[in-house]
Amino acid sequence: MEYHFKLPGSKDEIKKLHIGDVIYVTGKIFTARDEAHHMMLEKDKSSLPFDPSEMALFHCGPLMKKENNKWKVVSAGPTTSSRMEIFEDKFIEKFGINIIIGKGGMGKRTEKALQKYICVYTSYTGGAGALAADKVEEVPGVYWLEELGMPEAAWIFKVKEFGPLVVAIDSHGESIYRNLKK
Amino acid sequence: MNFDDIKQGIVKLIRKAETELPSDVIKALKNANKIEEGVAKTQIEAILKNIDLAKNTKRPMCQDTGIQTFFVTVGINFPYISKLKDLITYAVKIATKEVPLRPNTVDPFTGENHKDNTGDNVPYITWDFTEGSDVHITALPKGGGSENMSKLGMLKPGVGLEGVKDFVVDEMIKAAGNPCPPTVVGVGIGGGADLAMKLGKKALLRPVGDRHKNKTIAAMEEELIKRINDSGIGPMGLGGKTTVLDVHIEKAHRHPASLPVGIAVQCWADRRANMIIHSDGSWEVK
Repeated sequence: MEYHFKLPGSKDEIKKLHIGDVIYVTGKIFTARDEAHHMMLEKDKSSLPFDPSEMALFHCGPLMKKENNKWKVVSAGPTTSSRMEIFEDKFIEKFGINIIIGKGGMGKRTEKALQKYICVYTSYTGGAGALAADKVEEVPGVYWLEELGMPEAAWIFKVKEFGPLVVAIDSHGESIYRNLKK
Repeated sequence: MNFDDIKQGIVKLIRKAETELPSDVIKALKNANKIEEGVAKTQIEAILKNIDLAKNTKRPMCQDTGIQTFFVTVGINFPYISKLKDLITYAVKIATKEVPLRPNTVDPFTGENHKDNTGDNVPYITWDFTEGSDVHITALPKGGGSENMSKLGMLKPGVGLEGVKDFVVDEMIKAAGNPCPPTVVGVGIGGGADLAMKLGKKALLRPVGDRHKNKTIAAMEEELIKRINDSGIGPMGLGGKTTVLDVHIEKAHRHPASLPVGIAVQCWADRRANMIIHSDGSWEVK
């Protein structure tokens, strides 16, 4: 099935999704890789400069360029999600994430958290950075750029019809990656 | 001698590598698109669209513009050998701003990002020497996701070539969707540990579809392609027929007690570009 979503998506909408479905999302997403995960988990949710629960989480370290004092996305495909396995379950619980966008898949701890907190892990084509950048309409903000550098900072993107995102691990305990290992 | 012009040539080399995929890789991806269906096909289609878009808009195809890696073969009669390393390094700094490239060089001790893609031992240059007066440079920007799936196996010689094949297939199945399949896999067999890894990386320089001229090695390449693709991992690890676009093997003689196997993995964005610099300073980027 193919779905077109307004972010962040309700729990009911997330429950409808099953592995193999393809979705396109419109709204706000934020990037977080290893360092941003680490940093955000050490902070209080209320002290964050943005509300992660209103957005999809994008495993991405984008290539950005400043033009006329405004940030523009040059290339922004997903990074390898398995690096975030060590903290993703806590991250989903703490920040109320509904949709994760990454590549390569995640492990058992994340699978359980997706089920418990009603969230999906979706795969965006790795390396398709130019295509992804094309779907970003605006960059409303960036946080911790000085401390973490361009790839690791938390970037906020306003996206339109961002996809195709393949639902690879759903909220019903199913995983494309686990099925393939059998 | 107009060194600025050579520097601009190297910037053009980097830009070409980052924004245009070699035709052999595109051909292999188009073949994959013909045989895949369902989710696997959506992935190859997105990749092909992305390649077109990157080329037409002169943007890096992947946000991970990699560690700048060069293989340089120097004609020993080239008059400015001593300038080459600095020219490449400066060109990387210029390319970081102009292409642009993602700042990808981080000090492992302080965590500081050098912001211009240079740093200790980076750009990483492999030097070789030959007769003549031309310099040949191949740019092979190497992304982190695929590099993280590199493997070194110090196998027991008793396992033989069957053991070598099993090792490569097992490691690629373990890597699953992480290195952005369909990948190109370089395998170095023999030498010591460092040489096996180096040969694996060098094997990635061969065009996709090119078979080793040694028939035994060519047959092993074909067998590995088949076995890895039969795993069903598929594009991005979401299932499908195409997990590797190619497997290239290079060998070196080994110590009787050692059977090193080095695996270098390249994502579908098998970025390569070539440049020749002549002794009068003129150059071509191909």
